[in-house]
Amino acid sequence: MDFVAILSIFVLACFVGYYVVWSVTPALHTPLMAVTNAISSVIIVGALIAAAASGSPGSKWLGLLGVVLASVNIFGGFAVTARMLAMYKKKERSAGAAKH
Amino acid sequence: MQHVAVNPWVALAYLVSGVCFILALRGLSSPTTSQRGNRLGMIGMAIAVVTTLATHVPLRNLASPLGNPHDLRIDWLTLVELLAAIAIGAVIGLTVARRIAMTAMPQLVAAFHSLVGLAAVLVGIAAYLNPVAFGIADLVTPMIGQPFAVIHPASRVEMALGVAIGAITFSGSVIAFLKLNGTMGGKPILLPQRHLVNLATLAAIVALIAYFTQDQSPFVFWAIVGLSFSIGFLLIIPIGGADMPVVVSMLNSYSGWAAAAMGFTLGNTAMIVTGALVGSSGAILSYIMCRAMNRSFLSVIAGGFGAVAGGDAGPAIDRPWKRGSAEDAAFLMREAEQVVIVPGYGMAVAQAQHVLREMADRLKEAGVRVKYAIHPVAGRMPGHMNVLLAEANVPYDDVFELDDINSEFSQTDVAFVIGANDVTNPAAKTDRTSPIYGMPVLDVERAKTVLFIKRSMGGVGYAGVDNELFYRDNTMMLLADAKKMVEEIVKALG
Repeated sequence: MDFVAILSIFVLACFVGYYVVWSVTPALHTPLMAVTNAISSVIIVGALIAAAASGSPGSKWLGLLGVVLASVNIFGGFAVTARMLAMYKKKERSAGAAKH
Repeated sequence: MQHVAVNPWVALAYLVSGVCFILALRGLSSPTTSQRGNRLGMIGMAIAVVTTLATHVPLRNLASPLGNPHDLRIDWLTLVELLAAIAIGAVIGLTVARRIAMTAMPQLVAAFHSLVGLAAVLVGIAAYLNPVAFGIADLVTPMIGQPFAVIHPASRVEMALGVAIGAITFSGSVIAFLKLNGTMGGKPILLPQRHLVNLATLAAIVALIAYFTQDQSPFVFWAIVGLSFSIGFLLIIPIGGADMPVVVSMLNSYSGWAAAAMGFTLGNTAMIVTGALVGSSGAILSYIMCRAMNRSFLSVIAGGFGAVAGGDAGPAIDRPWKRGSAEDAAFLMREAEQVVIVPGYGMAVAQAQHVLREMADRLKEAGVRVKYAIHPVAGRMPGHMNVLLAEANVPYDDVFELDDINSEFSQTDVAFVIGANDVTNPAAKTDRTSPIYGMPVLDVERAKTVLFIKRSMGGVGYAGVDNELFYRDNTMMLLADAKKMVEEIVKALG
């Protein structure tokens, strides 16, 4: 892809990001950080390419290490986000709230 | 160039994955849609990983290194190594995610940021060592000697930027982690001439990246890597503990820009879209945090806040204040129509959120309306208090943001401040000389009575200023450990 095409995607995505993130409710800012963390580990794509390529053993091992790190982040990030989101509950109406 | 994806289906798959990530963030606009959003995020990631594995199947040439390029076989060993690497990461990640305490979330997020940063650095170095595999270089065969790869100048800039931002993210996040984890003191560490050193280092990195476009020799590349690691340490060391919400958000943003830079190098839509999303997300969160402290981003990044002010706060003038007991507090709250609870970082430290919810339940049984008021910078990361309250089973529609609840304090009988300090200081509204002047605060002093839990009268908040609130007629100080005090109040409520 040529540079201008990529740059266009990037600039437009920044605008999308701007509007989407402002619409996130402040109560969910911690899960937002956790999930952005998980998705930024899409860098694993680069690590996989490096690890799969032949020709440079150094590059391959760095790639593999990168895959491990990114994978920790992907699984850890999504799992911890899911765990947090599961805790947010709406008020139970009458029945449950009355007795303790 | 055999690894460059030209198949339009591949590009489409990465695009779908990018769209999934956008929808994942979009889902967070409300707790009801958030879990679906998170699942979309996972799907997006799965698409990206599977697409990459399918298009970059590790191959090896059986015949000879210079043989027929069509005589390639799948290199099963490497494929197994790749899957094993993913599996190792999965086990570590899932274990940590399951075991981590909610109060430790800021440290965990900082630690995760450092991993993204380091992964970006590793990918960058790998791309530098094997540029042909990434499709960012031309092989030049000289008259004499081995053929060598010449990396495209544009790719050099993208690669160097990715590595530099990744390295800053890594080392900065390590420091943030150590500070949040308490391994390193929360007090700012001020090195002599730090602004000069930092600016010089940043200038050197920029200059080296510019030079790298002309000369791709290893020493330039490694100098960029080394300097970027050190600037990350230097930038975060002088920043104090309570400014960490800004720092963590900022590093979040950096990890996104690092991914985006690598996405440019690889021409990968999923990485670019993600990088832009994460980059803007972190930037917006930093902005929100700075606004909530009425400080400019630069003043936070320059660091040192709280180090100087804390020193010259000196002996406080002896002013009269009222001390109350758990029984007094219980009595006041039981008789109240509305109680607003204001939690802060101290609640997290004391792990008082569960017993606090128990107290709220008792009050509700007695017919009291209970609400929670959350200041944007309460805690050590954006939304920290909300997560802790959610963990303690507090329904999220009882929890209110600063702007939504501030007008209600005048109709509130009891404001119950637990573990917060600076965010309730009325001096921010009146005292022009105060370091926190202009910071939006919760108007707790408008409530009929303020109950303020504090360990002792001696200490000051992070900003190092005395809180006007303690000496008001309608304030009653409850001096004890937050958790113990709330437990006693629960007992007194019967």
